Amino acid sequence: MAARKTTAKSNVSAKDLLQHYKDMLLIRRFEEKAGQLYGMGLIGGFCHLYIGQEAVVVGLEAAAEEGDKRITSYRDHGHMLACGMDPNGVMAELTGRIDGYSKGKGGSMHMFSKEKHFYGGHGIVAAQVPLGAGLAFADKYQDNGRVTFTYFGDGAANQGQVYETFNMAAIWDLPCIFVIENNQYAMGTSQDRSTSTPDLHTRGEAFGIPGEIVDGMDVMAVKEAGERAVKHCRSGKGPYILEIKTYRYRGHSMSDPAKYRTREEVQKMRDERDPIEQVRDVLLTGKHASEDDLKAIDKEIKKVVNASAEFAKDSPLPDVSELWTDIYAEAEV
Amino acid sequence: MAIEILMPALSPTMEEGTLAKWLVKEGDTVSSGDIIAEIETDKATMEFEAVDEGVIGSILVPEGSAGVAVNTAIALLLEEGESADDASAPAPVAATAPSVLAAPVQHNEIADKPQWRAPQSDWPEGTRMKQQTVREALRDAMSEEMRSDESVFLMGEEVGEYQGAYKISQGMLDEFGSKRVIDTPITEHGFAGIAVGASFGGLKPIVEFMTFNFAMQAIDHIINSAAKTLYMSGGQMGAPMVFRGPNGAAARVGAQHSQDYAAWYAHIPGLKVVMPYTAADAKGLMKSAIRDPNPVIFLENEILYGRTFEVPVLDDFTVPIGKARIACEGSDVTIVSFGIGMSYAMEAAEKLSESGVSSEVIDLRSLRPMDTQTVIESVKKTNRCVTVEEGFPVGAIGNHISAVLMQEAFDYLDAPVINCTGKDVPMPYAANLEKLALTTTDEVIEAVQKVTYR
Repeated sequence: MAARKTTAKSNVSAKDLLQHYKDMLLIRRFEEKAGQLYGMGLIGGFCHLYIGQEAVVVGLEAAAEEGDKRITSYRDHGHMLACGMDPNGVMAELTGRIDGYSKGKGGSMHMFSKEKHFYGGHGIVAAQVPLGAGLAFADKYQDNGRVTFTYFGDGAANQGQVYETFNMAAIWDLPCIFVIENNQYAMGTSQDRSTSTPDLHTRGEAFGIPGEIVDGMDVMAVKEAGERAVKHCRSGKGPYILEIKTYRYRGHSMSDPAKYRTREEVQKMRDERDPIEQVRDVLLTGKHASEDDLKAIDKEIKKVVNASAEFAKDSPLPDVSELWTDIYAEAEV
Repeated sequence: MAIEILMPALSPTMEEGTLAKWLVKEGDTVSSGDIIAEIETDKATMEFEAVDEGVIGSILVPEGSAGVAVNTAIALLLEEGESADDASAPAPVAATAPSVLAAPVQHNEIADKPQWRAPQSDWPEGTRMKQQTVREALRDAMSEEMRSDESVFLMGEEVGEYQGAYKISQGMLDEFGSKRVIDTPITEHGFAGIAVGASFGGLKPIVEFMTFNFAMQAIDHIINSAAKTLYMSGGQMGAPMVFRGPNGAAARVGAQHSQDYAAWYAHIPGLKVVMPYTAADAKGLMKSAIRDPNPVIFLENEILYGRTFEVPVLDDFTVPIGKARIACEGSDVTIVSFGIGMSYAMEAAEKLSESGVSSEVIDLRSLRPMDTQTVIESVKKTNRCVTVEEGFPVGAIGNHISAVLMQEAFDYLDAPVINCTGKDVPMPYAANLEKLALTTTDEVIEAVQKVTYR
């Protein structure tokens, strides 16, 4: 195995680090299982896996407080698990069953949890950007001190509505953290073929929104950047941009042959920059955990993931009457 | 030769205005560009500038005069060497007067007969009524709801400091402040998305589009984000909000500013769509729309804004969404319309009554959900139906009604249903062509004669 750059930080508690390890590993194993179920035909349609990007959501969730909101695109499984949504409910939605978060009517791209302040799960590239700013608008209107994490990708960063939103978020000082998950490929188009300048974190400059670039393969770096962003937003200074450099190991969706990049490029990233392996190294070299401890964690997570798959297979299809429900909300009397 | 200064048309739909104030007096010398008067339209108070230079010979219309028709001579301007006596001779209309640039409005001369007694009513008998414009009714509805619910707010272009591009939100900034009456940049896609997000976050936004033509920039958020989220979330969260603004043709504003979107939005499950005609319906439906826990498309009409109707004086007057109004009862034919289409329907019904044809006119008011039952019941009685709307003919609301009647009342129909619609052309600018592009009262009369075989 190639040498990895470790990022041991003296101010990080071993307990936190171990938790991040667990959270990231849950996402990875869950996504691997989802990929497997897709191959078996149990999951249909589009299925966008988060493998490789785990440190982004885990780091930022570590910087969030109870009541803070989050919203993202269609590549949303990781975000849901990281904010504490139930793997069973997420997997059952992927298989289109009644016990899924949307009763099987949303699918991979459309899940929500009011309880966990997760506002989707949006299938139109960049639509979640003004929606996220709108959540922040509501928080500011209600003066509740909450912030909203609005996630989008490097592809979405080229949509016009992002800049319409930046402008309004800035003039209205909305407590919104714009998280650009730059995995370097907008579907099959690499960033150097689609963006006129490589630095997405500077795209708020024209609107007076500060931004920074973050190593998205390093969960602690993400967490620290997240804390800076949260502090900025919560203190009423308006929006903040985090461009988080990350990498997706799998294709854009399950049907993507990924011919636009070399196998070597992906392998190099996995070998040298993997966010989970990096934390694992720190835990082991710092003697915060033993190989046996980590094996036990791995085993425990596999159990959770396998149970979610079983749950998702056993859960019934939605009753046909569900076709006609949830189209309109009934007025409260 | 003295120049007549004519009452100018200061907006596409202005027919008359109030000469609020003269800023010059007889004998004053003015030059081109001087502000000579303040003129109040139904939308705003405008400063009126001199085009030519000269001496104000006589003021023909005193300040404070209301209802001064466009193109009325309001003053005489003397050129060098002329005296007021010279000018007292009948002066020819000067080709340089600014008002001649604006042709008189064509198609909103349709007689409106709101005094036709409605056989059913949304308010108790004996309720005190007041005369109110659609514009005032909409403002009152929004203001009443904002007073009673802190989570309701209004956002859009020019809704605040400008007092509304069409003066609908006049005075609301003063009452509710800039936290709740929010001027947005010109960025429909963005602010529609922000409003939908705010509705997810527990607020009840009212989004004003300066016109629904501009909402095409925002239609992804209206449909994909607002209309579908309740379903996609398995009922967990939706978008309790109102998208409102003028829809359809105004007058002489060309193809990109004249489209009727009734059929577009009525197509979408998850949306509710209303298109009122009267001021009472505008008020009652707006209050219901704001309270509704679903996204409601509220289609207004610029020409109707200034029309006056009777509105009940009630503390809390609402009209249920999804219920049609029988505007007048009849036995020979059912004319179904909504929004400004009702102008043609009512005028046609009146003219037809002179030739002995009794029309039942149904104002749908809501397009989704649509009260098809009321239409079906009426057609079972009259056995004939004509629909009237200004929108394009393909996939029109009338097409849908025809289909419903074919399925639900086939055995009762004595003639094919005829859809009177706007023509299948982009809206032309020329006044004569624009009039032809919209549906006309004559076309409605002709259609009724056809279905009644007269």
